[in-house]
Amino acid sequence: MSGGGIRPSMSFSDAARETLKNRTLRHNLGFATRTICSKREKVVAEIADWEQTRTAGSMLKDEALANLEENLLILEEKVVAAGGKVHWAATATQAVEIVAMIAKSHQVSKVVKVKSITSDEIELNDGLAAQGITALETDLAELICQLADDSPSHILVPAIHKNRDEIRALFEAKLGVRAETSEPAALAEIARTHLRQKFLEAKMAVSGANFAVAETGCIGVVESEGNGRMCLTLPEVLVTIMGIEKVLPKWEDVATLMRLLPRSSTAERMNPYTSIWTGVTPGDGPQEFHLILLDNGRTTVLADAVGRQTLRCIRCSACLNVCPVYQRTGGHAYGSVYPGPIGAILTPQLLGMEHKNANTLPFASSMCGACYEACPVKINIPEVLAYLRGKTAKNPAESSAFRAAFWMMSDHRRFSAALKGRRLGVSIVSGLGLVKGWTDSREMPEVPAESFRTWWSKRGQ
Amino acid sequence: MTIQLFITCLNDALYPGTGVATTEILERLGHSVEFDPRQTCCGQMHLNSGYTDEAIQLAERWLDIYEDAECIVSPSGSCVANVREMFGHAGHWTQNSNLIERAAKMDGKLFELSEFILKFGGMDVLNPYFPHRVTYHPTCHGARALGLKDSPEQLLRQVQGLDFVELSEKWQCCGFGGTFSLKNSDTSAAMLQDKCETICALDVEYCVAIDNSCLMHIGGGLRKDGKVPKVIHLAEVLASQEPK
Repeated sequence: MSGGGIRPSMSFSDAARETLKNRTLRHNLGFATRTICSKREKVVAEIADWEQTRTAGSMLKDEALANLEENLLILEEKVVAAGGKVHWAATATQAVEIVAMIAKSHQVSKVVKVKSITSDEIELNDGLAAQGITALETDLAELICQLADDSPSHILVPAIHKNRDEIRALFEAKLGVRAETSEPAALAEIARTHLRQKFLEAKMAVSGANFAVAETGCIGVVESEGNGRMCLTLPEVLVTIMGIEKVLPKWEDVATLMRLLPRSSTAERMNPYTSIWTGVTPGDGPQEFHLILLDNGRTTVLADAVGRQTLRCIRCSACLNVCPVYQRTGGHAYGSVYPGPIGAILTPQLLGMEHKNANTLPFASSMCGACYEACPVKINIPEVLAYLRGKTAKNPAESSAFRAAFWMMSDHRRFSAALKGRRLGVSIVSGLGLVKGWTDSREMPEVPAESFRTWWSKRGQ
Repeated sequence: MTIQLFITCLNDALYPGTGVATTEILERLGHSVEFDPRQTCCGQMHLNSGYTDEAIQLAERWLDIYEDAECIVSPSGSCVANVREMFGHAGHWTQNSNLIERAAKMDGKLFELSEFILKFGGMDVLNPYFPHRVTYHPTCHGARALGLKDSPEQLLRQVQGLDFVELSEKWQCCGFGGTFSLKNSDTSAAMLQDKCETICALDVEYCVAIDNSCLMHIGGGLRKDGKVPKVIHLAEVLASQEPK
């Protein structure tokens, strides 16, 4: 299962309890995220107008979203004019069907894939496998997850939860090779040798898209390894699955985006490979190009005035790396290919607010605000988390406690009475005492002899 | 000036000493301090837990009490952030333009205590004395939502007798997060453990912050493990005086 999907099979707190037990995972994650964060801080500090660039990025995405339908129609027209074909997929199932149909029309039973989280969202690999088509991941980390029958745990670094020794053992077991060392270069060489033959054999490739530009009809993918470019140029048929929110109106918007994305994601000034293509070119590259425009819940998110900002996301993963919750629980605790703070707001919105496990995700945050501070397009994740919490179904016992607290706090005479004789203090402390999780790790505060207001009233006498 | 105290519900019930220290500080700075006993809670707990309707009623109630005040000071970064930021957001969610407008009018009138001292000065008048080895944890709402970063540290560094040690990984959340510490207590405890380790590694006597909610959590973690450092609110450090 290297696809992943976005439907959590258990609540966040249950899944986190499992992942928190894994000390190796916590160590791997802590090391990796700290390294990326400190590199990111340095390269972000190099840009004097970083804050203005963030504002520009958030504004251009908002404008793109405000005219989404128009932008998509222009994109369709331009892609078709450049020799491509455009498909509209309302659901994940429809998108998978379209890919399978294209593969079958070419008698293709194996496709190579550019790293694409959108394809993971729709569980493309499993969907194709059910129709006898093998999808091979070519991104190193995605390949690791696929070989390990594991799901990605990070948007950008899908195998972040594994260390190099684990990867070496995996390659030896699954690829039948002997690795001399666990050095990254040696492991990458093994993957390179394994993948080269696959690129040369592949007749069809599937990619996602980091962006598309409506006015030019071009699609862009940024990556670090060059494996994506192999997929984008060698096969005869190229299929791109793109979430509809990725379309930008103008070519110049790419410049702003590209100032924000690499620094926020890989902590690089510029990513090593940026591939941009427009339709097909006779005799050069894929001779057939299909663009699948995927909705899968996005128009519902767009219709929500508060939740809409979630669609600004450019999948940089900066919010994951800075998140203290993600750093400790890892991505698998979120039960979705969209983990971390962005996943905590995106997943429940895409699935609909009634999904009982996804609805635990907005609570998977201490609201510390590190994600909002890091987000290159200024998605106010804490705000959306609080907003979504208001839309989740409440547990009856919890509701009655909050209603009782509200009843007391909505009238100062009731509140003052509760404070007299330390009753409120005692009830807060004993309330916490009833929660085993709290008292396992923390001691109760002492209840003072008198409240502040009692002190104040005595003072005035 | 005349200052209305905004003593949060948690401080009122469990940490009255912080309110007392805040009163003393403001009076020593020459202000006239008032406390309106109609105050209860700003609604942060309800808002952050998803009880939006109740939170909005508490927000409107809060505004009824404070909107005519000249200046309001509170010893809690997170409650000030709730008024300053979340009242407007909640108004936006529910298209309650009246709430948005009323909340916006609090701009420039409501201050967290350290923010107030940093803006208007007065450390020379207070001349606090606290002869202890101390570190500072920048609580998330104060540091990020109010944009104070680690500026309250500047005040601590001016305290007589105080031996200041900077906390490593100081921007890491302590894991409290209100109901987060109940709903996701295991994750919260993992965050708390790391915070307590960084504090204990410094060999300090006290960890200071501007929010008693976070300090309740950190102090509870330290005491549970029988560790030496204690927690104390910044107001109580700044109110401390050299014995005469």
